[in-house]
Amino acid sequence: MPLEQKVKYESDCDKEFATWVTSQTGGENLRHCIQCGICSATCPLSLYMDYTPRRLINLAREGFKKEVLSSFTIWLCASCYACRSECPKEIKVTDIMYMLKRKAIEEGVFPRRFPIPVLAREFSRMIFMFGRINETLLVTDLFLRTNWFKFLTMTGLGFNLMRTGRLSLMPDSIKRRGELRKVLDAIDAEEKKEEVK
Amino acid sequence: MKYQYFPGCSLKGMGKAYEESFLAVSRALGVEVKELEDWNCCGATAYMSVDETKSYALAGRNLAIAERNAGDVIAPCSACYLVLNKTMNGLKEHTELNRKVTGALKSAGLDYKGTAKVRHPLDVLVNDVGLEKIKKHVKAPLSGMKFAAYYGCQVVRPYATFDDQDEPVTMDKLIAAAGAECVTWPLKTRCCGGSLTGTVPEAGLRLAYIILKEAKKRGAQAIVTPCPLCQFNLDGYQDQIAAKYERIDMPVLYFTQVLGLAMGLSASELGIKRGIISAEAVLAGR
Amino acid sequence: MSDNKNKQADLPRVGFYICHCGSNIAGTIDVVEVSKYVSGLPGVAVSREYKYMCSDPGQEMIAQDIKDHKLERLVVAACSPNLHEETFRKAAAKGGLNPFFFQMVNIREHASWVHTDKGAATQKAMDLARAAVARVRHHQSLEKKRVPVDPNVLVVGGGIAGIHAALTLANAGKKVTLVEREATIGGHMALFDKTFPTLDCAACILTPKMSAVKSHPNIKLWTYSEVEKVEGYVGNYKVKVKRKPRYVNEDLCVGCMECIDACVFKEAKFPDKFNQGLGKRKPVYIDFPQATPKVVLLDPQTCIQLKTGKCKKSCAEVCDRKAFDFEQKEKFEEIQVGAIVLATGFKAYDAKRDHQYGYGRYPGVYTALEIERLVNASGPTSGEVVLRDGKKPKAVGIVHCVGSRDAKSNKWCSRVCCMYSLKLAHLIKEHSDAEVYNFYIDMRTPGKGYEEFYDKLLSEGVHFIRGRVSDVTDWAVTPEEEGRLVMRVEDTLAGFVRRIPVDMVVLSTGLEPQHDAQEVRRRFNIGCGSEGFFQERHPKLAPVNTFTDGIYIAGACQAPRDIPDTVAQAGAAAAEALALIDAGFVELEPNTSHVIEDECSGCKSCIPLCPYSAISFEENKKKAIINEVLCKGCGVCAAACPSGSIRQNLFEDDEIFSEIEGVLAK
Repeated sequence: MPLEQKVKYESDCDKEFATWVTSQTGGENLRHCIQCGICSATCPLSLYMDYTPRRLINLAREGFKKEVLSSFTIWLCASCYACRSECPKEIKVTDIMYMLKRKAIEEGVFPRRFPIPVLAREFSRMIFMFGRINETLLVTDLFLRTNWFKFLTMTGLGFNLMRTGRLSLMPDSIKRRGELRKVLDAIDAEEKKEEVK
Repeated sequence: MKYQYFPGCSLKGMGKAYEESFLAVSRALGVEVKELEDWNCCGATAYMSVDETKSYALAGRNLAIAERNAGDVIAPCSACYLVLNKTMNGLKEHTELNRKVTGALKSAGLDYKGTAKVRHPLDVLVNDVGLEKIKKHVKAPLSGMKFAAYYGCQVVRPYATFDDQDEPVTMDKLIAAAGAECVTWPLKTRCCGGSLTGTVPEAGLRLAYIILKEAKKRGAQAIVTPCPLCQFNLDGYQDQIAAKYERIDMPVLYFTQVLGLAMGLSASELGIKRGIISAEAVLAGR
Repeated sequence: MSDNKNKQADLPRVGFYICHCGSNIAGTIDVVEVSKYVSGLPGVAVSREYKYMCSDPGQEMIAQDIKDHKLERLVVAACSPNLHEETFRKAAAKGGLNPFFFQMVNIREHASWVHTDKGAATQKAMDLARAAVARVRHHQSLEKKRVPVDPNVLVVGGGIAGIHAALTLANAGKKVTLVEREATIGGHMALFDKTFPTLDCAACILTPKMSAVKSHPNIKLWTYSEVEKVEGYVGNYKVKVKRKPRYVNEDLCVGCMECIDACVFKEAKFPDKFNQGLGKRKPVYIDFPQATPKVVLLDPQTCIQLKTGKCKKSCAEVCDRKAFDFEQKEKFEEIQVGAIVLATGFKAYDAKRDHQYGYGRYPGVYTALEIERLVNASGPTSGEVVLRDGKKPKAVGIVHCVGSRDAKSNKWCSRVCCMYSLKLAHLIKEHSDAEVYNFYIDMRTPGKGYEEFYDKLLSEGVHFIRGRVSDVTDWAVTPEEEGRLVMRVEDTLAGFVRRIPVDMVVLSTGLEPQHDAQEVRRRFNIGCGSEGFFQERHPKLAPVNTFTDGIYIAGACQAPRDIPDTVAQAGAAAAEALALIDAGFVELEPNTSHVIEDECSGCKSCIPLCPYSAISFEENKKKAIINEVLCKGCGVCAAACPSGSIRQNLFEDDEIFSEIEGVLAK
C-alpha cells in the first residue's frame, strides 16, 4: 500500500465555497451543526458513502470543496429526508445535498460511474419538451446513454411491466407547452441578468 | 366534498393502479375529485438536482392553475405531495426566490398567490371523510389478513402535519377500518431506495430487499403503501432481489386497493392485476 | 454654558450626562455629538459625556455639578434603569437634589445594542435625550415610604433546595413554613441511590436533613399541600395554602405501617409512583421507609372505602392510634410572611415524546429515573439490575441528551445528564456483568472531581461512543441481533455507522420546567425565561432574586443544576431572605397612584381593574381610595378613570405629554 500524506493545509480550504454553501437556500443552519452524527445514523445509504453526511457537512463548512463535490455521498442521497427530520439543529441536510449536486453538475465534477446526473439532465429535457415524464422512455433513454449492457438485464422487468399494462411507449404531453417553456425561459433570462450583474 | 386532483406522471404511467383504485374509492365514498386542468410534471427529486429555481417554477405553475379553482388539491404520489408542499413553503420563506418564480409565472400569464392547499389522500380520508363513514362502507371486511403498512419517506417527511414523522398511524387506521390487521414493525418510514434502484442498483436493491424481508419476517401477507415509487421498487424488482439475495414473493398493494376491496369494489376496477407479484393467491384466502 | 438662555426661559436648570459604557454605547452612538446637541437645548445648564458614568468618579462629577451649577434637574443617558436608576438617584441625593428630580434615558438597550446604523442611532439618542429634558422639568419632589418586614418565611418545595433553604433560615432563628406538594419531602434526590462524583449514598446524606426539618422547632412542615394564592408585597405577603386530605390524621399516625399489612388488598397491585411505576403499592401506602413525615396516606383512586364506602376498613381497625379519618376534607390555611423562597424543582423530560427510542413500545427501554430506582437497594428489585421479564441484561446502552440539545424538544443542555449517565454506567456495571455503552454527543464534566470520575469510568472498561443514537428498534440484521434491541449510531470518532445490539436501553432524559411552572409564575408574580424556567433578576449578579422583591428562587426551578449547585443556591436564597428580614423595613417606590378626592365621582370603575386589590371604596364619602402600600404603580386606574381624578406619581399628564412632545419635536 502506498504511503499517502493525510495532512491538510489551510491553502487546501476554499473559504468562498464555505460562504457560498451557507448563503444558499437550505444552507442557513449549516454552521449550527454539533457533529452528533444522527444524520449518518438514520441515513439508509450512509453505509455506501465515502463520507458520512455528518462528515460532509463539516467538510463543506470548512471549505474542502474538492472533497465535497467529488464525494459519492451527494449522489447516493435518495431524498428520504430522514436526516432532516432527525437533525437536532434543524439543518436541511437534504436541501444541502441537492445544492451540492447542482454545484457538482455545474462544475462538471462528479463520479463517472453514477448515471444520476445523466438521469437528472434527461428528466429536465423531457419536461421541457412535453411537460410530463414518461417513465418508460426516461429509463430506456438513461440506460442506452450510460450502460446498454445493464439495459439487457432489465428486460425481464420491462416484460413484467408490459404484461401488467404499466408500460407506455407514447410520450404524454401537456396542452400548453408554450406556456411552460415561457416560464422556464423567463427564469433563464432572469439568471443570466444576475450573472451579468 | 369537492377536491382537485393532481395525478402526477406516475399515476398515469407505472402507477396506473393507484389512480384506478383512488378514483374508484373516492367515487364510492362520494368524494368528488376533478383532475387539475393541464397539469405538468412536479419535477420530483431529479429536477431539484439540476436547477432549483426552475424546479420551484414547475411546481408553481401547477399551484397557480389550482388557485383558480375552489377545493384542496389532493396529490396521491408522495413525491408530488412533497414537491408541491416544498414549493409553497420555499416561496413563503425566501422572498428572492419568490420574486423570481412569481415573475416568471406572471410572464406566461400565471398568477401565483400561495393560497392552494396540497393534501394527501391519507389525510383527506382520515380527517375529512372520517373513519366512521369509511367503516360504514366496508361490505367485505378483510378479516384475518395481515398487512405491513409501509409509508415510505416523502409522504410523512418533512411536510406532513397530519401524521407523526417517526411513527405514522393514518394508514394503519384505514387498514384496520378495512378489517385487516397490521403487523408491528419499525421500518414504516424507511427508504425503499427511491430512484437508486435504477441508477445505483447495488445500493438501491438492498434497501428494497430490507423492507420486503422484514415485512415477510413479521408475518405480513402483503405490503400496503401510499407511494407509486415505493410500490414500483418493492413490486418490480423482486426478480433482481431474488437473484442477488433471496426470493421473497410479497405482493405490494396500494392502500386504496385494500380499502376498495373491503368496500366490495371489483379487483379489476382497482387494478389489482397490475401487480407484478400477483396478490390473487393472498386475496383468495380471505 | 449659556446662563442667559436659562434666565430668559425661566426654566429649571438641567444637568445632562451621557455615558460611553466603554464601547457598549460609544461604539454605536456619537456621544460627543449628543452631548453637544443637548447643551444647546433650553434649560440645560451642564452637558457632559464620560466613559463610565456609573463609576465613583462619574457619580462624584454629577454630585459636584449639582452643587457648583445649582442644578435643579438631572438627566442621565446610559443603560437600562433596571441597572442604574438607583445609582444616579443616589448621586442626585448626594448633591443635595431630591432623587426624583431625575430622569434616566436608556440609550444602550434601546439604541446602541439594537441598531447598527451609527447615524440613526445617534439621532435616536438625541431624540430620547430631548424628550427626557422636556419631561424632567415637570418632575415633583417625592419621598419613599418605609414599611416594616414580617420576619416569617415561606419555602415552597421540599426537595434538597427547599430543605436546605428552610434549615438555613430556621437555624438563623426565623419561623419557616415549608410547603410540599407530594406526601413526603426529599424531592428527586430521594429517588437516587448514589450521588456523583463521590458515590456517597443519597439517602445517607439526605435523610438526616429531612428529619432535621421535621423536628426543627422553627419549621412548620406542610406536605401534600399547595400554595393557592399569594397577595401583598415585599415584606408583607399573605399566602393561602391548600392542604389535601390524606385521610389519616398526621398528628396521630406514627408510621408503624401495620395498616398496610392489614389492607383488604392482600397483594400490592397498583403502580407505585415513587418507584416510577416499576413497583406496586396498595391503596394505603407510604412512599418509602424514610418518608418525612412518616405518615401513611390513602389513594382515593384505588381505596375501596373512599370509592364506594363499602369496605371492611381493616386498615382503620388495626390502627391503635385511631388515626384514620375517611371523612377528611381538603382545607385552606392562611399565613403571613415577609419573604418567599421558591424551590419547586424540575420535571424529567417525557421519553415517550421521542418515538424513535421506543420508550413505552419496547419493555427493554427505561428512563434514567427508572434505573435510579432499579439500582437502589430500597427499590423494587432491591438493587438488582434485571429487565422487566426478570432476565439479566448482557449489554446496556445509555443514550445521552434525550430531550436536551434538540430543537425539536428542548434546546438547552440539561447539565447533569453526562454525570448521572456516568454514575448509572458505573452502578449498572457494579450490579451486573453487563457490557455498558455510553452514547454521548459531547462529554460535559465541569465540576470538582467530575473529570476524575470520567477517568474512573474510562478505566472501568465502559464503552464511550461519540454520536447521537438515531433509533432503537427490534429490527435484526445479523444473528446476534435477533430478539434484542438494536441501537443505530454513527461512531463519529471512527467515522462510520454502527449497529449495537443490547438488552437494556437507558434514556438519559433532560430536565424541564415543572408542568405548572407558568401557573406558579403567575401566582407569585415572577417571570419565566423563554424555555420556561423561573427568571432570575440578573444572570450573574442577582441569580437567586426575581423581579418581584421578597421572592427568591433556588435549585432546578431556575435552570437545570446538580445537587452541589442547588444547595449552594438554596443557601444564597436563604441569605437574601435573611438580609431583607433583618433590615426590618423596605422602602417602596413612590410611583403610586392617588385619588384627587374632589374630582372623584365615585363610579367605582377603577376598583375591579386593579390587579393588586389596592383600591377600596369609602362608603361615607362615596370616593375611591388607594392603598399606596399595595399599589404597584401599573397605571391601569389612572388610565381608566373617566373623570381623570386618579393621578400617578412620575406619570403625571404634563410629564408624559411633554415627553411625547419632546421626542417628536425636531
